[in-house]
Amino acid sequence: MFSYAIRRLLGAVPTIFLIVTAAFFMMRVAPGGPFDQERTLEATVMENLNRTFGLDKPLWEQYAMYLGNLLRGDMGPSFIYRDMRVHEILAEGLPVSMQLGATALVLALVVGSALGTVAALRQNSRTDFAVIAVATFGITVPNFVVAPVLSLVFAVMLGWLPAQGWGDWNQMLLPVIALALPQVAIVARLIRGSMIEALRSDHVRTARAYGLPARMVVVKHALRAAILPAVSYMGPAAAALLTGSIVVEQVFNLPGIGRYFVNGALNRDYTLVMGTVVIVATFVVVFNLIVDLLYAVLDPRVRYD
Amino acid sequence: MTDQTNQDRVFEVDDIHVTFDTPDGKVEAVRGVSLHVDRGETVAVVGESGSGKSQIMMAAMGLLASNGRAVGAVRYRGQNILNLPPGQLNKLRGAKITMIFQEPMTSLDPLYTIEDQLSEPLRVHGGLTRAQASARVLELLRLVRIPDPERRMKSYPYEMSGGQRQRVMIAMALANDPDLLIADEPTTALDVTIQAEILRLLAELQRKLGMSILFITHDLGIVEAFADRVYVMRQGRLEEDGPTARIFHAPATDYTRMLLAAEPEGEKPPVPDSAPVLLQGQDVEITFGKPGGFLSKSNLFKAVKGVDLTLREKQTIGVVGESGSGKSTLGRGLLQLLPAAGRVIYLGRDINGLTRQAMKQHRDGLQMVFQDPYGSLSPRMTVSEIVTEGLLVHEPGLTRKERAARAAQALEDVGLSGAMRNRFPHEFSGGQRQRIAIARAVVLRPRVIVLDEPTSALDRSVQKQVIDLLRGLQEEHALSYIFISHDLAVVRAMSDYVMVMKEGKIVEEGPTAQIFDAPQQEYTHSLMRAAFDLKSLLDAG
Repeated sequence: MFSYAIRRLLGAVPTIFLIVTAAFFMMRVAPGGPFDQERTLEATVMENLNRTFGLDKPLWEQYAMYLGNLLRGDMGPSFIYRDMRVHEILAEGLPVSMQLGATALVLALVVGSALGTVAALRQNSRTDFAVIAVATFGITVPNFVVAPVLSLVFAVMLGWLPAQGWGDWNQMLLPVIALALPQVAIVARLIRGSMIEALRSDHVRTARAYGLPARMVVVKHALRAAILPAVSYMGPAAAALLTGSIVVEQVFNLPGIGRYFVNGALNRDYTLVMGTVVIVATFVVVFNLIVDLLYAVLDPRVRYD
Repeated sequence: MTDQTNQDRVFEVDDIHVTFDTPDGKVEAVRGVSLHVDRGETVAVVGESGSGKSQIMMAAMGLLASNGRAVGAVRYRGQNILNLPPGQLNKLRGAKITMIFQEPMTSLDPLYTIEDQLSEPLRVHGGLTRAQASARVLELLRLVRIPDPERRMKSYPYEMSGGQRQRVMIAMALANDPDLLIADEPTTALDVTIQAEILRLLAELQRKLGMSILFITHDLGIVEAFADRVYVMRQGRLEEDGPTARIFHAPATDYTRMLLAAEPEGEKPPVPDSAPVLLQGQDVEITFGKPGGFLSKSNLFKAVKGVDLTLREKQTIGVVGESGSGKSTLGRGLLQLLPAAGRVIYLGRDINGLTRQAMKQHRDGLQMVFQDPYGSLSPRMTVSEIVTEGLLVHEPGLTRKERAARAAQALEDVGLSGAMRNRFPHEFSGGQRQRIAIARAVVLRPRVIVLDEPTSALDRSVQKQVIDLLRGLQEEHALSYIFISHDLAVVRAMSDYVMVMKEGKIVEEGPTAQIFDAPQQEYTHSLMRAAFDLKSLLDAG
């Protein structure tokens, strides 16, 4: 398994390289630049700024420079947040985003599994239909609708929870729910399906035939098998949470990297956007690897060598 | 029956009915069956698939599918246990009454070690501690003669063969010293030699431990060798019952007589040496896996090793061997469905290694019928689409009408009415589906058909019909068959030449009569004995 992990990590390098390259050139194709403002700057000022940040050089040279710096762990200066290096900005936002994402992921797994299991155990009952309805709602209604509605109802109208900020549990509640909801829904559906299959499987029949208590049959023998598809979904889920967090952080005004990403993109802060892309891409690749390794731990039949 | 005292009556089923709610209405799988098992007895319930024999036991043990209902009574030592709440039933099942199932490959939980799984019923029913359970597990694995039990305790099911898994199931069944062991087709999925070993083990353990066995099977050979009394079931009802010897020597009903007569019969005379050679394999080798590379070990596995084979017109070569012996792989390699090394000569041309395009012109002459009549027909195509699909490729010049005529003819050849051509595969029984698969092959007017276990998934009586059909088609269309099967009785009836495979090699070959009546190799001999002389094997144990 160790050599498999090494091979996967080596394989990730070209993936990240491709993502960085694509992001770099796509940013430059977008019209406008970091120093364009409502009032056009004087030509000499503009020239100076461009020279300072190396934007006057040919594009390929800028690209080579960026890659070179990146390899040395330097993501360059931010164009908009003056006097800040990109990695400093990201180091500030990353803990918040990680906390938000991880909480949402755990919530999705726990609540989704519970809902899916209950639905599978009472297949075609009212409980089952209710879970399916909630799941369908969660999947179809996007973040950018759920987040403002939650904020409107629970913060503005009812005043139960704060509408913004980060730190206290009550500040975390709404953003985490808004972010986790679609994932809860998807996990619930996945677990429901695999659980129904697991409950019909031969080895669960064996467990029943041998008089094991119902809870042991369901949790130890059925759920353990049924959770595997949900575990492999954790990779894509992490990616979805990252994209989702950009919206949610914006709505609830959280100091995570998602907000910097949006601001950076709108202001053509090339280095800031690139930094976020690199971090997010690396994270998704590594997280997928962790999920695959975890899968092998949970299912003894999976061997990667 | 009535002279038995109540104490001796371990298990009794009294007028049980089992119904299933399906989208098409209620289906009555069992319609009033009564049977009983006394202490130390071995009782067999026989019947073809769909006779309801397994559902009785599922109902008794509270394991019916959620749409199933059972009424009547099932008594364990006088106490009615039918439809007991699971909590109460759990005191009995796994402790006093235990079960072994047909599917050794899937009946154990793939995610837990053997020790984990065997410990569970011990700890739940016997209240053993982890350490005590562990010691008992080791004892049980020794009892069922699992080699190297200390190491095997830590193994996962996927690391064991089917026979070994079934031994583990038997160990689990015996763990709490049950009064009754219900064995539902426990050896059907196993090779004959493994089957003989498992049955021998069961018989021996019964003598040693004294439990009763209720054996559910469709295999009359096992019943004759193994059971004291027999119940014959048909379409949810009891056809007759009695001592084994009486049922076998003086069956009271036509149905039982038919079952007994359904063993495949007949033989095929050898073809003359002058018959033209159609297909020839020379030093055929087939290898799976991938060679080693950067950071990975080589895991090559040679499934077929240097096989020579000559198939003449109208000949049937039976290829027999246990699962994993490489017989199916050989069949696929000959038809260029798997890459093979060596030479494969069809009608005088070496076709081995031809490109897909070059191979296409030979494909209509080389057809295949597979084992699984459920999986090998597309569920989304009608019978007529399935049968004519090959014609679209090989005879694109045919008009729609001509194709329809050819399909109708092929269906008629296999004994199906042309009126069925617009139905879908799921509307047919297993035997009918296998006929459709045969029609799909013969519609192209092939010279050679590789039949890969074409009768293994079918009941004996249906099997007999399919064999007769294949024989008739061979005569009519001058077909040559390569008949791959682990079922020696069928091979004896079908083929005029037999090749015995083991671990990828041909260990013995020759005319059918010679192989069956005077096998030279020890391995062939043991196969024959396990298949045809189960009783002497069990008695010897």
